[in-house]
Amino acid sequence: MAQNKIGKQTLHFPSTPIITSWASVVGPMEGKGPLGEKYDLVLTDTLAGEKTWEKAEQKMMQFSIELALEKRNLLPKDLDFYLAGDLLNQITCANFTARFLNTPFLGLYGACSTFAEGLCMAGVLLEGGVAEKVGVSASSHHDTAEKQFRTPTELGDQRPMTAQWTVTGSASIIIEKTGTGIILTHATIGKIIDLGNSNAQDLGSAMAPAAFDTLKTHFEDLGRNENDYDLIVTGDLGLLGHGILKELLKEKGISPDRFNDCGIMVYSPEQDTHCGGSGCGCSGVVLTAHLIERLLSGYYHRILFIGTGALLSPLTSLQGETIPCIAHAVVLESRGE
Amino acid sequence: MIAQNVLLNEQEMTKWLNELQKEHQKVLFWEAQAKGEERKKFAGLRQEIERQQQRIARPQQIDYQSTAIKLVPPQTVIKNVIMAFLVGGSICLIGQIIYNLFTQSGLGLKDAAAATSSFLVFLGALFTALGYYDELGKVAGAGSIVPITGFANSIVSSALEFKREGYIYGVGARLFTVAGPILVYGTMVSILVGLVYYFVR
Repeated sequence: MAQNKIGKQTLHFPSTPIITSWASVVGPMEGKGPLGEKYDLVLTDTLAGEKTWEKAEQKMMQFSIELALEKRNLLPKDLDFYLAGDLLNQITCANFTARFLNTPFLGLYGACSTFAEGLCMAGVLLEGGVAEKVGVSASSHHDTAEKQFRTPTELGDQRPMTAQWTVTGSASIIIEKTGTGIILTHATIGKIIDLGNSNAQDLGSAMAPAAFDTLKTHFEDLGRNENDYDLIVTGDLGLLGHGILKELLKEKGISPDRFNDCGIMVYSPEQDTHCGGSGCGCSGVVLTAHLIERLLSGYYHRILFIGTGALLSPLTSLQGETIPCIAHAVVLESRGE
Repeated sequence: MIAQNVLLNEQEMTKWLNELQKEHQKVLFWEAQAKGEERKKFAGLRQEIERQQQRIARPQQIDYQSTAIKLVPPQTVIKNVIMAFLVGGSICLIGQIIYNLFTQSGLGLKDAAAATSSFLVFLGALFTALGYYDELGKVAGAGSIVPITGFANSIVSSALEFKREGYIYGVGARLFTVAGPILVYGTMVSILVGLVYYFVR
């Protein structure tokens, strides 16, 4: 058995990598949401002064990592590695941000689970002793995602009740070997789960079993249960996916009281997004703007953050393929130095 | 061979899947080495194993779908139908008013109809460009998609969306991404109807 692997899928980080700095940048709609006051920067419009939405998203990601670096008085050159991803083809936002940062870079794609994937990988790099400071970013943009995955934004079509709204936002964190902040103790790498959902307008139903599988494996691997966490938060299952996850939990006799979902937290019901938020930025901005702060203030001591991703493309949807989904879990604790 | 449509528990399923995977790899290896007719035989065997791999997961998928479907929020059908009727009807009413104005100002019936269509297309395009048409569509659904203004919306929204990729590969290539199927099948059906009309008349 590998030294720092527990059970089937869980990684242990005995050196406890520390999240020392974080930042979030969001669009105007997220700024009007329930967490609006907490984001570091709320853009006044979705173009952020750029000519295209794609450029705007890239700028958002760049701003978020720059803000995270600045809070910690660091410069891009101080990072050993930069890990980032987004939803666009060829993860261009991440690539172009890395071009700007000029640091060793690994691109990630885990759809909306990218931020959790980045946290896992940053933990591995630090635990492996090959890095001291790692930057992680993930971003999504409502308009770029609609353009790529769905229909033109100005098209007057009706979104189904199961649809979710892609969050315009980017989150970045700096994880270091030493310092003060939130510690990363474990991560559970998920398997692809596909229970035959093929409706690209209902990703919550598709992703819920993946979140459930990772969660179950995490509990088995570590011998923990839901009471070991103050909060178990999924990335972007939305109202429907969250509801289904609760049903699955009840069937297994797990109490769903301490569960929540970033997709539900990011918008208020009045914002009429139907099932809530989604996208790489969704879990990222809720974690960096809200949850980390609550860990820091001692409101929570230990949380389980489960990033969920639907790994489809517009092409596979049209070809009638079902949606493979993944979920990665990360344990974050408030006990710093 | 396992029974079909039986919901297996996790251990059984993992066991069967591992077993099938082992076979699959082995047969694939033989297939890669074989030649001619023999290769086809192995390919057939491999595909049979693949079908079994899919079949084994099916009951679990069906089981999950039946759990999930219960929680899907219902579409607000009645509200949607009423709104579609009101908004669609209003658009048609506006069209009628425009038509009447055109005929009153001396246009012939055919010319007035063409001018009305053009004017409605213009309105659809204008309100799409101003960013109102998608807001309307959210409430009205088919009520704002079906009239000719909806056709204008589908083209102008594509044009706006892809303008940033340039006028050739952006606007030019993508202008009909939404309206394309309507044009293709609309034209086809019109030909069919024309043929029927020609022979039945």
